[in-house]
Amino acid sequence: MKYKSQQVAYWFFALSMVLFILQITYGFVMAFAHLGYDGLHELIPFNAATATHKNLLVVWILSGFMGAAYFIIPDEAERELISIPLVKLQFWSLAIVGVVAVIGFHIGWWEGRKFLEIPRPLDYLVVVNVLLFLYVLLMTLYKGKKRTTTALVLSMGLFFAALLYLPGMVWFDNQTMDSFFRWWVVHLWVEGVWELIMGGILAYLLIKLTGVDREVIEKWLYVIVGLTFLSGVLGTGHHYYYIGTPKYWLMIGGIFSALEPLAFLGMALFAVAMYRKGEKRHPNKMALTWTLGTAIISFVGAGLLGVAHTLPSVNMWTHGTFVTAMHGHLAFWGAYGMLVLGMITYAMPLITGRKMYTKPGASYAFWLSNIGMIGMTTAFAAAGVAQVYLERKVGMDFIDVQQEMEVHFLILIAAASLFTLGIILYIINFFKYGKPTDEALEPA
Amino acid sequence: MLTKNQARTFFLGGTVLFFFIFLGLSWHTLSQEVPKQTHEENMTESVIRGKELFDKNNCMGCHTIMGEGAYYAPELTKVIDRKGEEYCKIVLMSKEPWQPRGRKMVAYAMTEKEAEDVVAFLKWVGEIDLNGFPPEPDLKGKVPTE
Repeated sequence: MKYKSQQVAYWFFALSMVLFILQITYGFVMAFAHLGYDGLHELIPFNAATATHKNLLVVWILSGFMGAAYFIIPDEAERELISIPLVKLQFWSLAIVGVVAVIGFHIGWWEGRKFLEIPRPLDYLVVVNVLLFLYVLLMTLYKGKKRTTTALVLSMGLFFAALLYLPGMVWFDNQTMDSFFRWWVVHLWVEGVWELIMGGILAYLLIKLTGVDREVIEKWLYVIVGLTFLSGVLGTGHHYYYIGTPKYWLMIGGIFSALEPLAFLGMALFAVAMYRKGEKRHPNKMALTWTLGTAIISFVGAGLLGVAHTLPSVNMWTHGTFVTAMHGHLAFWGAYGMLVLGMITYAMPLITGRKMYTKPGASYAFWLSNIGMIGMTTAFAAAGVAQVYLERKVGMDFIDVQQEMEVHFLILIAAASLFTLGIILYIINFFKYGKPTDEALEPA
Repeated sequence: MLTKNQARTFFLGGTVLFFFIFLGLSWHTLSQEVPKQTHEENMTESVIRGKELFDKNNCMGCHTIMGEGAYYAPELTKVIDRKGEEYCKIVLMSKEPWQPRGRKMVAYAMTEKEAEDVVAFLKWVGEIDLNGFPPEPDLKGKVPTE
């Protein structure tokens, strides 16, 4: 690590870890409720659990992105962050907004809009927080010695992610319009600008870990993010099939969604190719494992499992069933969860100066969490397909079908336990690194 | 072979082009089609109050509506057709958690007027042209369910 201010990333990563384990806890609350064990109903009704589970996901990933950006930008721009006090202010306001939002969900302070449940007054705080973050980041880049493609793509992703939060803050009386703009945020985040952030972080990690020439990596970075927008922007159409919007979205959404796996395929091929091409063998093998893992699992989870149900003729039956949950879990894990964990794995030895590259726990963390998540995805798929046939095709009553599906939730909980074990090992490892230290600074 | 500059042009050009197509289509959808497909003229005060209650109580946190939401409780798009207005009102006004076969709903204990607003909202949603969603069960009667 060259710049002292890169140390601030540690706090964002630590917050990420705490929120992540809390997110998993709420996942278990929901899975048990599906099995009929809803003893917490009075305290945490299902809608509070799901709002918490989804928002914690968003916040821990964003906190991870912010940490990643604070680590990467000084390195790429070749200067310290412009102000540490501002970063500290931004960190604490992020943590406070997160905690207040979660508490609010338990007392009914929310908006009933999937993924955007944070109530309006807190939304304004989120905006202020993100503006602060962007100010520090962009000013650092502006004053920096260098403006690399990697840094620009990453910053562009973060900037547009902030901008796209705004359409979600407008109130519409019409449910269809409300939903229309909700997808501007949710879809254009995860299948648009977040992929820019992903591409930027992935490029940075590959440059550092494989030693392949920056020019080559950054050229492919442009191609991949180009493919992302080429398919992803009009791919929003797959959310506009059945919500009261015109039929042309069936065709547009169908075609462009079918192209969406291309960007992820590009990322997977690119990461593997750079790994093969690279002559440098970085000692931090686990960081490389997570990096390749995120590129490959995102292709399967976000790319393939996405297109598995975005054709209009398929989606007609699967829309609003557990088939969506199947895709959602592996997609978020592969594309964004693993990416953040990969970034943390790369950064921690540099921030703390402890080069714990070969801890066996680190490897178990990777494999247990991935095998567990693939098991969870399979359980969701089985539940989803059963639901589609029994409820949608045969026309059985909702609650009868739910009882038929219970066995899949048992498997889900078993697989989720494996996943959680992996994540606990990861988090133990994280805290074993200890806090950042100035001794880790490279002599100038 | 592709140069870095060509790659950047592909990225910027493609993004701008598709973004503008998307904006154009969104404008057309929202200004021309959605008012017709959702029968905006039927959006009474009561429907809007119903939507606010639906939002405030995060009904989407358990149910789906137009296929969107969580998968813990039944789809509500055509619920008035399926269950009738009276049934829905009773559920919303219940002071005890409604629990068909043990799966509990939060006891909202709504007033009759509030329940009527939510029902009006659900009725309005039920009439939106959703391009054929939810589909009729095409295997119904062909497969024995007992």
